[in-house]
Amino acid sequence: MIREFGFDDVLFLLLAARWTILLTLAAMAIGGAVALVVAILRIVPFRPANWLAIGYINLVQGTPILGQLFIFFFGFSVFGWNVGAWTAAVTTFSIYASAYLAEIWRGGLQSVPKTQWESSAALGLNYLQRLRYVIIPQAVRINIPPTVGFLVQLVKNTSLASVIGFVELSRAGQMLNNATFAPMAVYLTVAAIYFVICFSLSRASQRLEGRIHVAR
Amino acid sequence: MSLVELDGVHKRFGNLEVLSDVNLSVEEGEIVAIIGRSGSGKSTMLRCINGLEPVQQGRITVDGTEVTTAKADLNDLRQRVGMVFQSYNLFPHLSVERNVTLALKVVRKTPLAEARDIARETIAKVGLADKLNAYPDELSGGQQQRVAIARSLAMGPKVMLFDEITSALDPELVGEVLRVLEALAADGMTMLLVTHEMKFAKTVGNRVVFMHHGRVHEAGDARETLEQPRTPELTSFLNAVLH
Amino acid sequence: MNYSFRFSSLLAYRDEIIEGLLLTLQLSAATILIGLVIGVVIAALRTGGPGPLRSIATVYVETIRNTPLLVQLFIIFFGLPSLGLRFTANEAALIGLSINLGAYSAEIIRAGIESVRKSQIEAGHALGLNGYQVFRHVVLFQALKAIYPALTSQFILLMLMTSIVSTIGANELFHQASFIDSRTFRSFEVYTAITLIYLGLTLLFRGVFAAIYWCVFVRRPAR
Repeated sequence: MIREFGFDDVLFLLLAARWTILLTLAAMAIGGAVALVVAILRIVPFRPANWLAIGYINLVQGTPILGQLFIFFFGFSVFGWNVGAWTAAVTTFSIYASAYLAEIWRGGLQSVPKTQWESSAALGLNYLQRLRYVIIPQAVRINIPPTVGFLVQLVKNTSLASVIGFVELSRAGQMLNNATFAPMAVYLTVAAIYFVICFSLSRASQRLEGRIHVAR
Repeated sequence: MSLVELDGVHKRFGNLEVLSDVNLSVEEGEIVAIIGRSGSGKSTMLRCINGLEPVQQGRITVDGTEVTTAKADLNDLRQRVGMVFQSYNLFPHLSVERNVTLALKVVRKTPLAEARDIARETIAKVGLADKLNAYPDELSGGQQQRVAIARSLAMGPKVMLFDEITSALDPELVGEVLRVLEALAADGMTMLLVTHEMKFAKTVGNRVVFMHHGRVHEAGDARETLEQPRTPELTSFLNAVLH
Repeated sequence: MNYSFRFSSLLAYRDEIIEGLLLTLQLSAATILIGLVIGVVIAALRTGGPGPLRSIATVYVETIRNTPLLVQLFIIFFGLPSLGLRFTANEAALIGLSINLGAYSAEIIRAGIESVRKSQIEAGHALGLNGYQVFRHVVLFQALKAIYPALTSQFILLMLMTSIVSTIGANELFHQASFIDSRTFRSFEVYTAITLIYLGLTLLFRGVFAAIYWCVFVRRPAR
């Protein structure tokens, strides 16, 4: 049945956007936790750990997200686990986020002046205590704007989960297009929803950045 | 007509008047030292003379060309007016020789071989013949500033403007730059220098101009003015600088 | 685990893989050229263009940067035909990727132009160089050097993103993967192998970009 593109369809797309946001948040939470570990491995004074982190980051940043999605989508079943598109998508985007966030956060950690390391060492704090109580608290402030900025990339890239059949905003758009044959209306609406989410995040990131520069 | 003439010049940044009714004329071969506290308008005056800053009122003429009209050909004028900055401003991506040949080639269309001859000659004049192929980041501050002088000199200017060119230098590097200026003075070059080097102003300068609150507050023969200032403002300025 | 990997079955599809690889390279190269031109023009408009054009350039950059490439491709390939504009999949891919890269490179180039210190521009003017000559001989090289790392990272990201045009049927490398997958049913092996080829391309691009950087920006030609 071909029908007109109408208000109900916009509502349908808005509801589908929940999954875009949910996928983003899940990837951010899991990816963020992994990223913290990778960022620390990247800067600890122990070469093999640095190499491991660099290798991981380069592997993830050097391959297309689509490839990673398919590898996890089909890869789990190789091990006999039949997981759905959601699990594959969360896995892929968590890994994707962890590599990019690790690089961003490493920059923040390294921007804390060396004297802070030295003075906390002089107080007798061990390496992890220095990180935990002195360095990370100072790096967090610097890292917030680029992290929010990265969320824009993450939101946009979750659209690729549609290719393994996960029904988020883009996939919902494709389904709606098949039902209405109104591609222009459908995809412009989809684009508009992405734009509202991403533009708000971009602006927030810029504003936070401005605030940090003023505060110094 | 004088080589450089400022006639009733006013310059404002927004509501702030940085130059008010400045009058000055500089004859060919004259060396004028411009002194004053920071913010007194001395650097701004220099920048107005080669058109880097527009003025709101008054006339500036250099070598018979009016700078302060809308249709002034500033690029043509600037070939006759050399300018050297406090922070050297060498082009970091070009070697010493190419810093000097750039404007010759691009602006004056001098053939390359001739441009290189001129460059070698002027670089030798500032005592850096052995640094032709070095890059700015390989030179000391004093050496960079001497290259910057050579870069302006190569265009064969009729007058040279120096904007606090020794202020960014370590004390032990000031001498080598001042010696280059002395050599230029001996060659008869017309120069306007904004400077804090009072001893240099007294020995090399013909005339001193003391700027205060955007005006020429006191001016006259260099030695006389610096040894016997007539106004209390110049007296207190000299006391502050010399002690 | 009782799955037997069979990467060897992919060897029969060497020709398809090479064909896809070539198209990926062509698409990347063409997009970089067109995207750079768009980027320079938009950056110029955003830094010094007249009011209305500046606004249009800003809207373009913000729209593209805040929506997914996938949806941009769908609009070009599925949406525009309803307005009478029809493209082949490869054409739509080139258009979509170029518009996308144009917006990103415009922002990078703008930052580069703004990063060149004002005193450098003044020094150029003080020597009698006009606006164009200052841009050409003083600003351009320094700006390019400053943005080179960001710009080339963007190019590598672009190369990886060409895989997305497989969704509209452009037959580049990733599209060949789904074709081979449909013939061999060796999904895991196929996608792993193709993904590793992209990794190889990334390393190749990085090597080439690093070599160019060394030749242009590090090696000092006067000696």
